Parts: sequence; structure tokens; C-alpha cells
Amino acid sequence: MTLRRIWSWIIILLGAAYFLLPLFGMLQFSLKMKRGVYSFEAYRVVLRDPQFQQTFSYSVILALLTIVIGTLIVVPTAYWVRLKLPRLRPVVEFITLLPLVIPPIVIVFGYIRLYNTSSVLPLTGSWIGTNILVLFGYTTLALPYMYRAVDTGLRAIDVATLTEAAQSLGASWTRILATVILPNVLVSVLSGAFLTFAIVIGEYVFAALLNLNTFGPYMVWMGGNRAYEPSALAVIAFGITWACMGLIQLFTRFSKFSSAKR
Amino acid sequence: MAFLELSHLEKSFGPTRVVKDFDLSIEKGEFVSFLGPSGCGKTTVLRMVAGFETPTAGSIVIDGQDVTALRPNQRNIGMVFQAYALFPNLTVAQNVGFGLRVSGLGRAEIAGRVAEMLKLIGLADLGARYPFQLSGGQQQRVALARALAVRPRVLLLDEPLSALDAKIRVSLREEIRAIQRELGITTIFVTHDQEEALSMSDRVVVMTNGIADQVGTPFEIYNRPTTRFVAQFVGTLNLLDARVVDAAVGNVTVGETPVALNRSLNGAHGPISLALRPEVIALGRHTARAVVLTGRIAEVHFLGSVIRIRVNVGGNLISLDTFNRPDAPPPAVGSAAEISIAESDLLVLTD
Ligand SMILES: Nc1ncnc2c1ncn2[C@@H]1O[C@H](COP(=O)(O)OP(=O)(O)OP(=O)(O)O)[C@@H](O)[C@H]1O
Ligand SMILES: [Mg+2]
Repeated sequence: MTLRRIWSWIIILLGAAYFLLPLFGMLQFSLKMKRGVYSFEAYRVVLRDPQFQQTFSYSVILALLTIVIGTLIVVPTAYWVRLKLPRLRPVVEFITLLPLVIPPIVIVFGYIRLYNTSSVLPLTGSWIGTNILVLFGYTTLALPYMYRAVDTGLRAIDVATLTEAAQSLGASWTRILATVILPNVLVSVLSGAFLTFAIVIGEYVFAALLNLNTFGPYMVWMGGNRAYEPSALAVIAFGITWACMGLIQLFTRFSKFSSAKR
Repeated sequence: MAFLELSHLEKSFGPTRVVKDFDLSIEKGEFVSFLGPSGCGKTTVLRMVAGFETPTAGSIVIDGQDVTALRPNQRNIGMVFQAYALFPNLTVAQNVGFGLRVSGLGRAEIAGRVAEMLKLIGLADLGARYPFQLSGGQQQRVALARALAVRPRVLLLDEPLSALDAKIRVSLREEIRAIQRELGITTIFVTHDQEEALSMSDRVVVMTNGIADQVGTPFEIYNRPTTRFVAQFVGTLNLLDARVVDAAVGNVTVGETPVALNRSLNGAHGPISLALRPEVIALGRHTARAVVLTGRIAEVHFLGSVIRIRVNVGGNLISLDTFNRPDAPPPAVGSAAEISIAESDLLVLTD
């Protein structure tokens, strides 16, 4: 018994070392910009860089818009499928999983072919069109996470009866979605949203091929041209991702009515 | 014309007809129960009235307005569900105020009406709680208040008490009935519990296989069932095999014993069934009860104030109830017994 226990601990420690050592190395390296002492010099340089500020805020805006669009598409779809088309659920689920199977490079090449300047809908020809395109691309990438999260959230409530209760009180479909369904799956939407945020912030392929100055290409450019700053950037990116994970946990824990009996 | 008029209502799911030619008129302020076995279509009729199911044929008219084609949110009908269906993200007060907010009432007016409704259901202090912080009985009362807050034209309740335990069920049904009387709201109450239906209702609709078998006051349904199904489904019923001797004057034999029913049997002949309730049978001979049958005591169940006895009369097991008397112990199983009945208490089941 105790021997097995010791072995479990050894394996856990090995696994942790496998993940943590590179991180630690990167962190240490990022602190060594000034010769001989540990300092935050690399971070200072990165955060001061106007390019960083510009690309990062651009990516944040794209991420937030992706979350909004994703929520507006996914919540009503998942709700409707659960309520009226339960037999279509496996099909819809399969469709939402496709972005995990199809590489982004394929999607973006498809987009460029379909929406190039000589097509019927020349989205790539204008700045606003390119942004719309990349937003929908990101929404597609976020679909597997968003849909799963929301669908799981819907399973926890009695969608059909709550809908009927709201209807008998005079509520319209939009009202039901906004005041009954969405608040009850908000925790799920948020957990999907944070994942989406983490994905969009670091996304490279879409941005590079559509020639957009987002955070992803900036990180790659840094990696090719500087020594210490890329490590600092990577640590920052990690920090953001982990903060997102932490926020998911936090929201799940502190939702006021999450312990509701069903 | 009645306040709520269901005419020739039909509903099919695919090839199966679940509700068949259902007719019912309900007066304003009346409390009507649908009583029937599981799967007989009670919920389906209720859901058609609420608008959640579209009738295959027939019409629903409320207060002179044909609502058959209206969507559920346009009908102004209150609904209470077996599973409470409170919105888990809203407090009790917000739940009760939901319909008022939908209808666009002002803040102050909503707050006033919510307070009034919470007082009506006796939960005035619990407005700030979330549903998961309430007991089942409290949740169902909140659901009732939520349905009533919008002043619906009709209140529909689908087995609202089934999920509760026995004690609360009885107290809450009295409360529901009292509130219904106070507000004078036209109500349909679905249940498969006959005690609930008989004790609460102005009228009971006994349903079987998607049709309304009999509609009447609880007294009529219990004492003058018109079909064999109603007679057997509502209350305990004893059946006696009999043979017609003279249909015109109503002479039959039960086993070897001749029995004079003193009424016409409408030309029935051969074997028929006589039905009788446990409470119309007395043990021993009595002057006012002309029909006397002999048998043997088969079972004795001492239930406290009541003793339920089963007597074997020529192969038929007849249940009867006697009151407990401290000075008279119940008869022994296996002993000979005589039972007496007034002939007017014998029901003749024709179908
Ligand atoms: N959506 C549906 N699709 C197919 N059949 C249905 C549907 N809803 C109900 N039925 C069938 O209709 C019949 C009547 O159902 P209903 O729910 O009205 O019964 P009920 O009298 O309310 O029974 P219970 O007392 O069990 O609630 C049942 O045989 C049921 O299987
Ligand atoms: Mg039912």
C-alpha cells in the first residue's frame, strides 16, 4: 500500500517536472536580460513596445467579439436542438467538432478561395471584410468548446418545462432565451468564453494568412528577431491562459444559484 | 355559453389517437378535476388548453374567444407543473414577478402585486430566497403564486401535488382550493389520486383512453357511476354475479338467493353484474335492508377506527367496512356471516 503510494508520488512528480521544468527555464531566461542579475528588463521592454500594445489590444478586441458572436450563435442553437430537434443532436455535435479535425490552414485557404477579391463576396478586399472573415473563422475555431460547454449547461436544467412555464407567463422566444436560458447557462458560456479567449489571443495561422497584425504574428516575429523578449512574451501568454482557467473555476464556484436542486 | 368550452377535441401522435372527441364546458370560477389512470390523455388535454400541443381537430374557446390557433404566450393561462419549474436563477419574488415584467408593468406595481401574492401563499418573508433554498411544498406554492400573479383567465394544474409527501399534499390541496375560491378563478386540476379529485372539485371528469367517460359532481361520480370503468376506478367496488329472472320488475338471483330490485332492468337477460360500495353493506340482519346474503368471513383487517372485512358470498369476495366498537370484537375468520343491503343501493352495471 505505502509502496504503491510512493510510486504514485514519484510518477506525479516526474509528470510535473516534465511540464514545469521548461516553464521554469523559460521564466529564468526571461529574467536574465541584464547581465549578471535577475531583472524584469525584458518584460519592461516588451510592455513598453507600442507594437505589443497595439497587437495585443487588437487581439483582445477580436477575442471579445468572437465570444459575443459565438454566444449568439451557440446558445440559441444548442437550446433549439435540445428543445425541438433532440434527434439531430449527434449531427450538430459532430458538426461543431469538425474544427478540431480540419486544420485551420485548410479553413483559411478555403476562405481565401471563396471570398477573394474576384469572388461574388470579396471580403478579403477590404479591411472591414477581412476582420469579419477572421471573426467568423475564430468563431468556428471556438465552436467545439462553446457548444460542448453550453450543451452541458443546458443538460442541468429542465429546458422544456422552464420554456413552457415562461411561455404560459407570456414570454416570447427572445425573452425566454435572454432571461431564462442564458442566465442559467451563463457559467457554461463563460467557461467556453475563457477558452475562446485563450485560443484567439495566441492564434497565428488565420492572422498571418489574412495579413492581420494580431498578437500571434507579433509573437512569432519577436521569436525570430530577439533573444530575451520572446521568453517574456511566452510567460505573459501563459499567465493570460492560466488566468482564464482560474476565472472559469472562480465563476463556477461563486455562481449564486449553482447549487440549485433540479 | 360556458366560460371555457372544449368541443370535439382530438389529438393524435402519429397513428395513435390519444384524445378522442373530448367535449367539456366549464363555468366561470368552477374547479374541475381530470381523473384517470396513467396514459389516458389528461396531460394532453391540459396541454392543448395551454397551447403547448396543437389539437388535431376540435376547438378551444375561452370567454367567447377561440384560442385554438393562439400561441401559448398569447393565451393568458396560468400553469402549474408537477416539477414546480421555478426559474433557478431568479429569487422567489422575481419568479412571482416574471409574468408581470413580461407584460411591462411598472416596478412599483410589480412589487405590490408580488407582495400580495406572497402573502396569499403564506410566504411573505421568503421573497429574497432562491428556489433551491425552499422545500418542495414551498416551491410549489411559489409556482402557484407565479401562475396567479398575471391574473390568468384559466388556471391549469398538472398533478401539482404528486412530488410531495402525504401530509403536505393534504394541507396544500386545501390551500389551493381556498385560494382558488378566494380569487374565483376557473381551474382545471389533473390528478390520478381520486381522493384529491373528489375532495377538491366542483366537478370531476373521469377519463379513460382519451375520452371523458363521465362528468359530474364528486357525489354523482361516486354514487351514480354510469359506466363500469367509472364505478371500478372511483372508490372500492364490490361486484356480485347475478342472473335475471324477470327483467320487467327486476327480479334476479344471486347464487340461490332471490333478490327483488323493484325496478325495470330494461330488458336485460341472462347473467348481469351488480355493484355495491363497501359502506352500504351491513353485517347481520337489519330491518331497513331487505336483501340478505349468507357467506363466510374471509379476511378481517383492523385499521383502527374502521374495520374492513371481506366476506365470501358464493365465490364473490365482498368488502365491507364497519366502525370499531370497543365492546364488540371483530368476527373471526372462517365463521359464518350474513350481510344485508338495501336493494336501492345495488347498482346494475349494464355495459
Ligand atoms: N409527444 C408525444 N408523442 C407521442 N405520444 C405521446 C406524446 N405525449 C403523450 N403521448 C402519449 O399519449 C398518451 C396520453 O399521454 P398523457 O401524458 O396525456 O397521459 P396522462 O393521462 O397525463 O398520464 P399520467 O397520469 O401518467 O400523467 C400516452 O399513451 C402517451 O404515451
Ligand atoms: Mg400526465
